[in-house]
Amino acid sequence: MLLWLVLIGALIFLVVNPMLRLFVSSFEATDSGHLTLANYAIAYGTVRGWEALLTSLLYGIAVTLLAIVFAVPIAWAVSRTDMPAKGLVRAVILGAFITPSYLGAIGWILLAGPNAGWLNRIWMTLTGSADGFSNIYTFSGLVFVTALYGFPYIFVFTTDALDLVSTEMEEAANILGAGALRTIFRITLPLVTPAIIGGAIITFLDAVALFGTPAIIALPARINVMTLQLWQYFEFPVRAEAAAAYAIPLILITCTLFWLQRRILGRRSYVALTGKGGSRRLAQTGRFRWVLLAYALLICSLSVFLPFAALGQAAFSKAWGRGFSFDNLTFGNFHYLLFEQYNARQTIIHSFTYSAITACVAIVLALGIAYIVSRRLVPFGGALTFLCMAPFVVPGIVLAIGFYAAYAPPPLSLNGTAVILILAYTTRFLPIAYVNCMGGLRAINPEMEEAVRILGGSRLRAVTRVVVPLLKKSLAGSWILVFIPATRELSTAIFLVSAKTRVISVMLLDLSENGSFETLAALGFFLLGATILIVLVGYKLLGRDFLLRKT
Amino acid sequence: MMTSTASRHDAADRPRLALSDISCAFGPVLAVERLSLDIEPGEFVSLLGPSGCGKTTTLRMIAGFITPTAGTIAMDGDVISSPGSSLPPERRQMSMIFQSYAIWPNMTVAENVAFGLQLRRLDRATIRRKVAEMLETVQLAKLAERYPAELSGGQQQRVALARAMVIQPRVLLLDEPLSNLDANLREEMRFEIRRLHDTFHFTTVYVTHDQGEAMVTSDRIAVMNLGRIEQIDAPYALYNRPRTRFVAGFIGRTNFIEAAVDGSQILFDHFALPRDSFEDGGRALGPNLLFSVRPQSIALHRAAAAPAERSRCVAGEIVERAYLGEAWDYVAVPAESALRLKVSAPPVDIFEVGEKVWLEFDSRQMAPIT
Repeated sequence: MLLWLVLIGALIFLVVNPMLRLFVSSFEATDSGHLTLANYAIAYGTVRGWEALLTSLLYGIAVTLLAIVFAVPIAWAVSRTDMPAKGLVRAVILGAFITPSYLGAIGWILLAGPNAGWLNRIWMTLTGSADGFSNIYTFSGLVFVTALYGFPYIFVFTTDALDLVSTEMEEAANILGAGALRTIFRITLPLVTPAIIGGAIITFLDAVALFGTPAIIALPARINVMTLQLWQYFEFPVRAEAAAAYAIPLILITCTLFWLQRRILGRRSYVALTGKGGSRRLAQTGRFRWVLLAYALLICSLSVFLPFAALGQAAFSKAWGRGFSFDNLTFGNFHYLLFEQYNARQTIIHSFTYSAITACVAIVLALGIAYIVSRRLVPFGGALTFLCMAPFVVPGIVLAIGFYAAYAPPPLSLNGTAVILILAYTTRFLPIAYVNCMGGLRAINPEMEEAVRILGGSRLRAVTRVVVPLLKKSLAGSWILVFIPATRELSTAIFLVSAKTRVISVMLLDLSENGSFETLAALGFFLLGATILIVLVGYKLLGRDFLLRKT
Repeated sequence: MMTSTASRHDAADRPRLALSDISCAFGPVLAVERLSLDIEPGEFVSLLGPSGCGKTTTLRMIAGFITPTAGTIAMDGDVISSPGSSLPPERRQMSMIFQSYAIWPNMTVAENVAFGLQLRRLDRATIRRKVAEMLETVQLAKLAERYPAELSGGQQQRVALARAMVIQPRVLLLDEPLSNLDANLREEMRFEIRRLHDTFHFTTVYVTHDQGEAMVTSDRIAVMNLGRIEQIDAPYALYNRPRTRFVAGFIGRTNFIEAAVDGSQILFDHFALPRDSFEDGGRALGPNLLFSVRPQSIALHRAAAAPAERSRCVAGEIVERAYLGEAWDYVAVPAESALRLKVSAPPVDIFEVGEKVWLEFDSRQMAPIT
């Protein structure tokens, strides 16, 4: 009983208070703390504020549409056709999924930066023209790069839905005289439209809340979006209250869209999941399957192969612009990071320790709350679920502002400490841990615990002797699912780090501002290597697809 | 708390379990309504009824997983459940077999069975001996070190039985334990459960919706409907003397026939039977009656019976028939009557549809329904 109160108290500390403080401080005057609307006047009283808002919306929509174009054909090809090399395509899309988008953005600076980018140089060599054909530092460049790392969401949702549509539905259309194309557009695609929209909304929200890619590409291009505008409020002089006011509409947008997404995906009957009779026959596409493969590989190249090649070249170069040659080859960048530069080493250690602690704390908390809720030990389980899931709709950058408002001032004065970072991370990734713990607990028949109790064991014994051993794998999976995004979290960190608590993502951003792309690429590779290692361990432990599930 | 010495002392003349007027409401829904039931030590009682009749809720109240909203449950005279205070399940010294078996997949067969003994802090040698004995009894000795995932459904069932019985529970509870088995195994396990009861004599409450299971295993069966007990009796009495329309219809197949008393006659639709042929000389029969008549209690004859038995025979005609292998199912209509009577006959008694027959009633097997 006491344990439950502690857990619920932790939820209030992590979720309710920061959000409440954010909301309250948006109405407070900076110095006096009087109630005022002045912050809203600062935030939305200028053309600049509105411009950033509109640009953000436009940016989100454009990214989403492009991501649909990337994702849906590949999803269909992978799920329903005899396209070859499906395993490879899936693996590469997983690669795109685990690549931090800001790292991809840097890869694309190396590829399509005006004049110096590899693609532009190849173009100039081939055509003899004086200018490159592409410039990443534009709105379209920004959209393009963001979509390349946002499309896996739509891919996952769409393949999931396609995997559930029985071929018998398509065959029913065939037998009535519909051809292959008509069947796709009249039957198959409409059946999975809710799933596509569901994935699209996630992609949209992700883009609008994104900080890294805009900071790397939009800032030099003098494009202002909401997240960058929020950042500017934190430059000297800090106007946290104005930032809070500016963030409120962002929360409203995300809440509304998440609600919409739930509603669309909640209408299961529309998707006609029969469950049984799910015999599936793959469409025979003949020579067309090579076209499908070519398209899939093109997208794979754009999101993974090309940027990674560019980053790889830079990571092992003395100066990336000098190209591929032996006298340019060096391990110096890695050596510099891991051995020479004390700060860099510290940064790497910070990232991994903070993430590990975050994953542990989030899982203990999520498991406790999920247990209370799933076994109906308190009457207000629904409210607890809501609190655990609420951080999901809060953009990381806004969450950081909330934590800053709640815990930077006295009495806690946590600003700049590792604690505030870990707390904010824990809140940010609590929904992931919660969904996974809940899923695991749902799979355990409560009779397993009742059997312990009727034989004379207490509830606590039932949890330690039966529930936790049974959930071991699932908890390990949840740990990884929290740990991986925590190692690359940027938007929460950027507001809460200090010189003493710098993490990899923030250091990558700093390096990009300095133009030290060689060190940056090496650090990025290090991060990716570590991630891939962990993902492989996860595969081994938990089987394929544990990451590419929709949660 | 549970067993003061005073109550232990005279436990012998008290029922093991006494459910007095218990009710259980889930919000506005009354799952169990003023149910009373006494179970003697060593007795095997089934709660039988359709799904949603409240039988599982009753069982879970006995186990302590649900607290009754009214009434009390007492074990050997001590109240263990009442609204507001309920002894937690882990302190009731009962055990239970769950519908899903709830075998812990992270422990071997032997570890599963030993678990309850470990909680009772027995020494290792005793535990090992008891587990081995019990596994021998349920014929699982060879599988002791296996994990549950490697066992068949029937074997998992036996593990559940062993785990529940090895602690020598004061009450053994079974919640539809056979519903996940295939038909043949289900048949076999019924007798197995009865055999184990004859060996150990645990006081047992068995929840099922399958009348066959209840008939084979139980000393008494409580037929439940809409949260109440309709009738509680030994299997034989329940089948042959159903007291309510629900019980007659739920246990086996039956014909419901309306009747009226007229002096020395019981009048049916276009035929009559002598009143004094009924149990008790028919004195207990009220003016308007409903009888439950089992299909196999009506005999079919080609020729009219001897005059002495003529009074029990009624002329009629076969209108439908179906051959089920073990028996014929006929539908017969008494002459000029609107009744359609289901009649069951052995395979050698072959009648054609449309054939004129004599229907012989046995008044002693006609149960008046209230």
